[in-house]
Amino acid sequence: MLKAEHRLGLVFFPAFDWAISPSHPEREERLLYTQDQIFEEGIMDIENIKTYNPELASLKDVQRVHFCVPDVEERVTKSHLISAGGAIKAAHVVMEKEVDKAFALVRPPGHHAQRVVYGDRGFCIINVEAIMLENLRAKYGPLRIAIVDTDCHHGDGTQDIYWNDKNTLFISLHQDGRTLYPGTGFLDEFGGPGAIGYNINVPLPPGTGDEGFLYVLDNLVLPILDEFKPDLVINSAGQDNHYTDPLTNMNFTARGYAELNHRLNPDIAVLEGGYSIEGALPYVNLGIILAMAGLDYSHICEPDFDAKKLKQSPQITDYIKKLCNNVYYRWKQKEQIAQELLKGKDYIKRQRHIYYDTDGIMEYQTQIFKVCKKCSGVSIIESNSDIGMPIFAVTIPYDACQSCVDEGYKTFNEADVQKYYKIYLQDRPNDVYLTKSPDLIS
Amino acid sequence: MGGTHIDGVLIHQGEIMKVTKSPTDPSNMLESILEALKHLLAGQDPSQIERIILSTTICTNAIVENKTDPVGMIIECGPGLANDFLRCGRENIFISGYIDHRGREVSPIDPGEIRHAVEILKKHGISAVAVTGKFSVRNNEHEIKINEMIKDKFSPITLGHTVSGKLNFPRRVFTSYYNSAVYTIFQNFCNNIHRALQKQSINSPVFVLKADGGTMSIKAGEKYPVNTILSGPAASIMGGQAFLKTSKDAVFLDIGGTTTDIAFLADGVPLFEPLGIKIAGFPTLVRALYSVSIGVGGDSKVSVEKQRLVIGPERLDRPKALGGRYPTPTDAMIVLGLMDIGDKKKAAYAMKEIGQILNLSAESAAEKVLDTMADMIKCKVDELLDDINSHPVYTVKELLYGKKVKPQLIQAIGGPAKALAPVLEEKFRIPCIYPKFYKVANAVGAALARTTAEITMFVDTEQKTLSVPEMGLYEKISSAYSLEESKMRALDLIKQQSRLLGAKDDEIEAEILEESSFNMVRGFYTTGKNIRIRAQTKPGLISQLWSEQNVKS
Repeated sequence: MLKAEHRLGLVFFPAFDWAISPSHPEREERLLYTQDQIFEEGIMDIENIKTYNPELASLKDVQRVHFCVPDVEERVTKSHLISAGGAIKAAHVVMEKEVDKAFALVRPPGHHAQRVVYGDRGFCIINVEAIMLENLRAKYGPLRIAIVDTDCHHGDGTQDIYWNDKNTLFISLHQDGRTLYPGTGFLDEFGGPGAIGYNINVPLPPGTGDEGFLYVLDNLVLPILDEFKPDLVINSAGQDNHYTDPLTNMNFTARGYAELNHRLNPDIAVLEGGYSIEGALPYVNLGIILAMAGLDYSHICEPDFDAKKLKQSPQITDYIKKLCNNVYYRWKQKEQIAQELLKGKDYIKRQRHIYYDTDGIMEYQTQIFKVCKKCSGVSIIESNSDIGMPIFAVTIPYDACQSCVDEGYKTFNEADVQKYYKIYLQDRPNDVYLTKSPDLIS
Repeated sequence: MGGTHIDGVLIHQGEIMKVTKSPTDPSNMLESILEALKHLLAGQDPSQIERIILSTTICTNAIVENKTDPVGMIIECGPGLANDFLRCGRENIFISGYIDHRGREVSPIDPGEIRHAVEILKKHGISAVAVTGKFSVRNNEHEIKINEMIKDKFSPITLGHTVSGKLNFPRRVFTSYYNSAVYTIFQNFCNNIHRALQKQSINSPVFVLKADGGTMSIKAGEKYPVNTILSGPAASIMGGQAFLKTSKDAVFLDIGGTTTDIAFLADGVPLFEPLGIKIAGFPTLVRALYSVSIGVGGDSKVSVEKQRLVIGPERLDRPKALGGRYPTPTDAMIVLGLMDIGDKKKAAYAMKEIGQILNLSAESAAEKVLDTMADMIKCKVDELLDDINSHPVYTVKELLYGKKVKPQLIQAIGGPAKALAPVLEEKFRIPCIYPKFYKVANAVGAALARTTAEITMFVDTEQKTLSVPEMGLYEKISSAYSLEESKMRALDLIKQQSRLLGAKDDEIEAEILEESSFNMVRGFYTTGKNIRIRAQTKPGLISQLWSEQNVKS
């Protein structure tokens, strides 16, 4: 039988009994044809490819990353805990060296889920990768991690979660936010005061094909990863850059995805979006599996593949070259940029509106980050939504210095319960998560 | 039939009338079978015999001894994995053409390529052929077309979609290969059996046992002899079923001279291999009962390495008590008075030899041997259970509430079963029972097994197609075809298929194994249903032998 060069762990969990709603893109049928393709190719019989079932992510796994309103139980279904638990399982088998790499083919996706969760946005409620990574850090200690998000939509949730963490480099390749949901992901979204430069957006023009994606990888992503020197590389493997995707406008192919994965060489890949369930997913997933396993993917080809039609225009190629230069320059300049931005400031504040498209909720949020020389700095979020339930949340980051820990507790204790629906504290160094609300007092 | 012995049993109305155990002559299997039959049927009226069931190793042996026919493979692999690893035939011809996962033709076959393939195979003097295409179970048109073009030029020809409806192209290739490779050998064997039986005026129908613990008529076997491969473990497991009526989870152990075969019952029913058995290292789609062999048996060599007792994995000789060169667990059983065979002095000497190294008396050494043997079995059983209980699941419901196998009893058969039962009970902390006729349980299993069949149904109401590859059925249906209708149809078809394989109406217990129905949504509209069903006739026994006198515990 066939033997894979790399030992690959596969967590394949299509959740055939779960959907957002019967005709929603995120429905039972989504991974049906992918399963057919994987089964028919006999992937599970290949020596060195091992399958695992997901575990269930715990309440604490979620609390490490999110402030769920009103609480985790109310917002998060078993399916979400399984999806996150699938990613955790994939990461564990890599960390335990049972396998060299792992791919979590799980749904629902997670990369639009931000720190505060009032509901479902972009088909995501909890951030699967972030929950996985913070579980790893809790279990294995500090890790330097790079997340490369190749979903066509900007990974705004992951960006928000790692906004102020310079040990987690987030690079998102996506269709330009001026032309696609969620409308963010521009160059100037560059990281919080503790991590300026460690949030990198590469907004690509509609029509970008294999040539463009691989150009960005070779000329921007890989050089930055070389300099960052992560312990782990994670691929947020959304598959909606595919030329057949119904929601996007890109020209990436299955073989292109495989090639990108081969060159990026991630330790862990986690499926994100991708809704061309018949024309793309079976082939893209197969491509990623083969590339990660170190097997020949050159015979993968979509039924309607047409190299001529998918050729990238010279204008797009030029645009991407300039874009990469620009992004790389900013990466190189990140220290100077930080100095200018933080000069004389003790706190940095940002205000945002966050729209939950799937649930139709609008959130109004203020984040305040302490500028701290010893750690990434305590931060607070004050938020409200058009369905009510205002919250106040304090985060003590896992690398917090003692004064930030003290300030975090002081802020939490002094916060006025009568003003909010709920007050949260994330004490990451001690892995402790507290809340207080008016009900509990009275 | 096994490598060394042929076991036979004559059963009348649920009672064992006669048993036979004789050595096999591997160079003349037919003669060995006829000898055994002669012994069983001595003094019986041949016209009273209802049926004869054979569990034969004829195909297995041919594969082990490399005596199979050369096969020409015609493989349509479409895009996907590189295909070099599929070269299992003498000649392997890869052709163009491509069917996708929904069974749609993406590109047609090229008749020129087929004609060229015929030339090559003819040039190499190949007669046996297998034709297999990726996703041919979803649409068999290409395989059928190729068959039309070559059917009067080769024989046998196995078409991939007919060996199983399950999705797994490499396994389909290997299964088709083996079916063609053993076809002629099995056919010759069948002809000889027919002739020999006729000579003895025996006209009763003949069945052969399959690896899934069910039977098929010898006529059906002639078409798909691949299913008779590795039926031995299934015979034993079904034999175990004959002596034990339980609805519990259980471990089944067939403890032989060389190996111990481990199988499991879930709610009293034997577990299946998820896809099929491996034949000579190649994974196939041959439906089979789950059985794993470990190199520990009554005649395994016992030695001491670095003050540690080691049993097996090889059997190098007979037990010392029977004139062999090395100490064995059988010697230990003799020393402890658990078995009454051979030369007791020699057995005692064997255990003394072991005891000396370990600073133990002969008896303590013997106890330690059995203890170690039971430990090794338990260790493997636990490992297998872990594996079985983490089998992949694909729904939230299964993941959260799926069945886990937790054995509550052990059933052991085979020579050393009785002697080892108390030690196993102690290790596993669950009861261990063994039937009285544990030595011929495999023959009992074969004799009482019912006919089994399985079908895979795939319904696509958007394309208005229904297919059952195993039956070669591809037909048009209405776009309103429902899951309920599909299930009714599947139950009907599985009965039909079982009858084709030789089942009598009253023994067919049809059931749906898996069912799923997916709404297919394109744009924002539901355009059809994608329904998948697996149905089987349950493996089981015509009658049971579990009366009190047959069971010892």
